[in-house]
Amino acid sequence: MIQLIELTVNGERHDLAVEPRRTLVDVLRHDLGLTGTHVGCEHGICGACTVLVDGAPVRACLMFPAQVEGADIRTVESLAAPDGTLNDLQQCFSAHHGLQCGFCTPGFLMLAEGYLAEEPDATKEEIREVVASNLCRCTGYQTIVEAIDDCAVRRRAALQQQLDGSTA
Amino acid sequence: MNEAAFRKDGAWVGASVPRREDPRLLAGRGRFVDDITLPGMLHAQFVRSTEAHAEIRSVDLAEVRAVPGVVAAFDAADLDLRDITALLDRPAAEFVPTAMPVLARDRVRYVGEPVAIVVARDPYAAEDGLEAAVVEYAPLEPVVSDTAALAPGAPLVHAEAAANTLVDVSMFATEGIEETFAEAHTVVRVQTRTGRQNALPLETRGVVADWDDRDEQLRVQTCSQVPHQVRTVLARCVGLDEKRVRVTVPDMGGGFGQKCVVGREEIAAAAAALRLRRPVKWIEDRRDALTASFLAREQRYDVRAAFSADGEILGIDADVVCDMGAYSCYPFTAGIEPLMASAEMPSVYTVPAYRVRARAVTTNKAPTAPYRGVSRPQYVMVVERLFEKAARALGLDAVELRRRNLITTFPYTGVNAVTYDPGSYLESLDLCEATLREEGWFDRRAEPGRVVGIGFACFSERTGYGSGAFAQRRMAVVPGFDLSQITMDLDGTVAVTTGTLSHGQSHETTMAQIVADRLGLPYERVKIVQGDTDRITYGWGSFASRSITIGGSAVAAASVKLGERLREIAAHLLGTDLDSTALDGDGGVRAGDRRLSYAELADVAYLRSHLLPKGLDPGLSATASFDVDGDGTFSNATHGVVVELDPGTGGVRILRYVCVEDCGVAIHPQVVEGQARGGIAQGIAGALFEQVTYDEAGQPQAPSFMEYKVPTAAEIPDVRIEHLETPCAFTESGAKGAGEGGTIGAPAAVLNAVNDALRHTGTELDDTPIPRESIFRALEVGR
Ligand code: FES
Ligand code: FES
Repeated sequence: MIQLIELTVNGERHDLAVEPRRTLVDVLRHDLGLTGTHVGCEHGICGACTVLVDGAPVRACLMFPAQVEGADIRTVESLAAPDGTLNDLQQCFSAHHGLQCGFCTPGFLMLAEGYLAEEPDATKEEIREVVASNLCRCTGYQTIVEAIDDCAVRRRAALQQQLDGSTA
Repeated sequence: MNEAAFRKDGAWVGASVPRREDPRLLAGRGRFVDDITLPGMLHAQFVRSTEAHAEIRSVDLAEVRAVPGVVAAFDAADLDLRDITALLDRPAAEFVPTAMPVLARDRVRYVGEPVAIVVARDPYAAEDGLEAAVVEYAPLEPVVSDTAALAPGAPLVHAEAAANTLVDVSMFATEGIEETFAEAHTVVRVQTRTGRQNALPLETRGVVADWDDRDEQLRVQTCSQVPHQVRTVLARCVGLDEKRVRVTVPDMGGGFGQKCVVGREEIAAAAAALRLRRPVKWIEDRRDALTASFLAREQRYDVRAAFSADGEILGIDADVVCDMGAYSCYPFTAGIEPLMASAEMPSVYTVPAYRVRARAVTTNKAPTAPYRGVSRPQYVMVVERLFEKAARALGLDAVELRRRNLITTFPYTGVNAVTYDPGSYLESLDLCEATLREEGWFDRRAEPGRVVGIGFACFSERTGYGSGAFAQRRMAVVPGFDLSQITMDLDGTVAVTTGTLSHGQSHETTMAQIVADRLGLPYERVKIVQGDTDRITYGWGSFASRSITIGGSAVAAASVKLGERLREIAAHLLGTDLDSTALDGDGGVRAGDRRLSYAELADVAYLRSHLLPKGLDPGLSATASFDVDGDGTFSNATHGVVVELDPGTGGVRILRYVCVEDCGVAIHPQVVEGQARGGIAQGIAGALFEQVTYDEAGQPQAPSFMEYKVPTAAEIPDVRIEHLETPCAFTESGAKGAGEGGTIGAPAAVLNAVNDALRHTGTELDDTPIPRESIFRALEVGR
């Protein structure tokens, strides 16, 4: 059996014919060629497959495309500018050495993007709790937490500056 | 980029420059093996044994082949491949070679052993195919522990290995050691077991293989730490010339040793691709990775240490049994763990007498491979426990007892016939203790009402095993050297090959830093070439913290040679002698006030070669090699841990972790710290959380992350790292290896801290992972 599905990924619309049992992560990676999203366990624990669905982090290995029709799906490929310039969060990961092999990284990036959008005032301890939902085998997590915290601090400072600017 | 901002004292080495790997990995534009798609590619999965130990009566794949989407299915007879056999150069009494068939032929020896390969149009259809396979087994009694393996009359896992023993080596036995122990003031003993662990790279194993008619080559893209060894074994198994096999390695999501042996599945998938003349991809799923991949670390120690009344260590007497599972891995064999433990156990102390017997036993469990640290996390744990116990017995402070026995004069040749190059053994202990003291942790430990303990671990780690060190282990295949070729292009940029292989360790950055300093080029102008058997003459890959020490030294030596060649050409063109020329540190050669840029020299070397000095070959390239002459170089560290125990649950919370490490010159301090932190996390995982378990029938009990408990950011603490720097005298940049130390020190430090917290209870715990129930019970009784 084949299903016709319409997905919006990183702002682009795709019409797809897929087997209903095919997971969202397989569709993203192998049908749409968006291989930045990784697979580390296929049972919802490692978080390497984290993408944003309408802004919220979800595990793409546990989702089927039919569940996200009409939703706004974002993958790691959406973060950098078209010319390749990394966004502030990605730059913070690099500056803090928040990645070694980089396999878990897209999952952590999307997790953090979703979380910081919801909770821009998150403390470092709150960030650590959220980071605990994904697995990394290389870094020991400390630099991932530091990278996300640094990004949050910078975003807050930028926002403050904007506010100060607009009131001045 | 403002490069000056990144360099340290004008040098690239020593500066934490931005990693070259980062932009692609952060943008989701890396290329891991599962990201590769080839036209017409098929997908493989394996029919795996459901029995721990059985004879195979029959394999029937007819139904499999009828499943929609399945293209082919092969069993051992269909593929008819040669076995994988790893050898040691040791007599039969010490080593029994056993063959590992690519697909099980007439017997299965662990649950998950591959029996047949199913190739289908997509991975889902391949999974469907597996369900249609009919394999008839005649079950045999399984051997599921090292004690069962060694029990008299135990069933044999391999008929040729009596007493299920693959390796039985007594490497050292100091004369008079019996008397030493008989006459010693104090003898302490540690009996311990360490759990079976999975190195657990987040990216599982995988391969994409295809036959290329134009190149007449079987092209194999696989996430392996040792591509040349994969090529050799694959060529032998399928019966191709080595030149007809090309192994390349894309980005790799970690390895930690699990990927530094040759796996059966990658050979079978490649053989299927060759047979079908179509690309075949195999990606290991997590369940298989947890149950049927290569495991490690399950060991049993019975070790005594003798001390004098004033706390001088007099001897170590050790018996080690390693449960290596069903097969010997290539190229290291089942000797990897017992030989490492035997060779290195005296650790950082001046031990005058040493006796050791170490065995590898075979059981009906998934086989083992080296895992980050290889036996060192265990013997360091044992030795550090011995010191703690001796301190208690002697009424001395355990840190002071260590101080009295640490090696402090270098070079030091130990009772294990190993010469230790200079390190900061005492200094690192002093600094680690002082740091915890300054931070107030000793006061916290004394606070009433809290169950707080402090633990230390002192250790060194031999890094950069040269061929001499591996030859001493009597491997039949002797790793050690590394080769590097450097080539400069017309625009003055260089490409450098290395036989090592980064899988998270940042070699594209750190090796480039080494070259940049030797040639006076910005590190962006240096391209590192790794992981391609067609482009690299030969390599041993990355393991045993060898990459920067040995690979980095080869890369440096090749750069220096190229520099000489550039000077030779410049001297000729400028009409001066070689000695009057020098690299100017800025991409050119200077002679007095005249200068030629690399681009100008390359222009002559390639485009106007008639201007070259007579007898000099056109082009700009150089090749160099490096091997360690002698026993290698020792990184060292002291770890200090503060834990608090929860009497309500038996849980362990790590309040503080301090690591004082010395890996010589740090090429990239941030990377070194990353290696330490990541290693410590894995060591903590082994000390407190992770264990691969089996039931009596040999069925694996931890097939998913629900059961195999990998620690998260909630369990792994921040680590304060302090650096000491005792440069290595013989590596080209003074660097020592930095890949494994974290993992080595953590279990010992954590275990000591837990025991320190239990000091009022009378209970001592020596096994890892430390059972929560044992802590809970100890606290209940000791209250
Ligand atoms: S792959 Fe989805 S959570 Fe691990
Ligand atoms: S960087 Fe390798 S798993 Fe996180």
